[in-house]
Amino acid sequence: MKCQQCEKPATFHITELAGDLPEELHLCEDHARVYLMQADEPEEIAPSIAGALAQHLKISQTAEELSELDKRCCPVCELTFFEFRNAGRLGCPHDYIFFGEELEPLIQNIHGAATHTGKKPRRGTPGTDGQTELIRLRRELESAVEREEYEQASELRDEIKKLEQENEPG
Amino acid sequence: MNLEELAQKCGEWLRGSGPESDIVISSRIRLARNFADFPFIRKCSEQDRAAVEGQLRAAIEGEKSWNNLTYIDVDKLPEVDQQFLVERQLISREHADASGARAVAIDPDEQFSLMINEEDHLRIQVMKSGLDLPAAWKQVDQIDDLLEKTITFAFHSSLGYLTACPTNVGTGMRVSVMLHLPALVITRQIDKVLRSLQKISLAVRGLYGEGSQAMGDFYQISNQITLGRSEEDLITQINEVIPVMIDYERKARQFLVNESHEDLHDRVSRAYGILCTAKTISSEETMHLLSSLRMGINLGLIDNLEIPVINKLFIHTQPAHLQKLRGMLLDTADRNAERAHYLQQHLQKRDGDDDPVENN
Repeated sequence: MKCQQCEKPATFHITELAGDLPEELHLCEDHARVYLMQADEPEEIAPSIAGALAQHLKISQTAEELSELDKRCCPVCELTFFEFRNAGRLGCPHDYIFFGEELEPLIQNIHGAATHTGKKPRRGTPGTDGQTELIRLRRELESAVEREEYEQASELRDEIKKLEQENEPG
Repeated sequence: MNLEELAQKCGEWLRGSGPESDIVISSRIRLARNFADFPFIRKCSEQDRAAVEGQLRAAIEGEKSWNNLTYIDVDKLPEVDQQFLVERQLISREHADASGARAVAIDPDEQFSLMINEEDHLRIQVMKSGLDLPAAWKQVDQIDDLLEKTITFAFHSSLGYLTACPTNVGTGMRVSVMLHLPALVITRQIDKVLRSLQKISLAVRGLYGEGSQAMGDFYQISNQITLGRSEEDLITQINEVIPVMIDYERKARQFLVNESHEDLHDRVSRAYGILCTAKTISSEETMHLLSSLRMGINLGLIDNLEIPVINKLFIHTQPAHLQKLRGMLLDTADRNAERAHYLQQHLQKRDGDDDPVENN
């Protein structure tokens, strides 16, 4: 059998299962290499971050440790580490602190550095604990409303309003 | 300004002017910013998204120096209009495909757009025609300062601006320069050149960003690293690499002119011929042929056409643009016929003759 892309004999017989129907490919060594390399290229950034992270974790952690780590959950946004490993996206600013130890090698890996040296907010960098607290309170408010616990919801609303006013810039 | 008016125009980034504009199409800088008091998009409830959108809208509309911005609720747009904004590079494909409250504010000259609730709460994007990164940085920095007066962005003393994806943390800045590199493609040097860029941590993408193919021989060069270097350093690095790329492309063009002038002239003339006379033509083929034609004009092989006209055709022959300009939805076959018709009208009108090919 000839290669589908040139005159050489086909020595690689590939069945591609990614599409709707299985696709048969018969290629010579050179064209097979080109084809397989194409298929291996990462398409998005997200999976490759997750990949880099998973790789790092595999080396430095046992399966047991990793499964413990996966269960860790941010108290502010409730993102689990497992969720981050899969999606490559964080859930709130506090994740950078809560998962700081795990993120550090990843960030070092991506950027070759760990410290910001660029622009800072012009009006200074006040602590953001108040803001982080707001994220948590708003989430609690929504779940209180869902549970129809209106008294608690009203207390939370007052607390949020007070904190929002305290945090106002200027 | 509505989208119909916008469709008639061409946009800043395809204006075809500015430094080195025969090869450098546009310079773009975007900053990713998030509210300190809301979760990142992934963990936003519907209320959170709406609140972020509302607060940004209030901040944007409250800024007096921006009294003529167009504010568009992307979630309420028909699909063709979302696609139109993607083709125009005013929003990203991810932004168009997302769901929930999201918006974009666009300035009348299309020099900047503010994307709300994309991957981050806010993405500020500034575009300039040609190679002009310092001007783009100055403007984007200023917009960031203005918004920061009323919004507290998530910022960490050692990690910088905090973003939903750790690949953007620090400056939150992506600098990209779009280049037209047809001669490097023809002479098969492009892969080698692009690989050498990746070695110095620069990323290369096609016309429409991540995952898109290099349609029409357009390549976007951008920084991969966002942390540990200042904005100015990152810009300088790209600014130093681009002239090298321009030089490679110019040498490749010169090589083609010297070594295979006849083949080159033939390629350009055929491209022109098909574009002027085809009755049905796909978007990919159009991009491919316009690319040859664009290079031919820059090399003086075709003299009755101007670059801005070609730049405009690149964008106006995209599927959603064609439909907006025609004022109706068209399926693929109808679009291919409409595209051929549109090309003929605009390429033939140039010399007031029915058959411009014979005029060459």
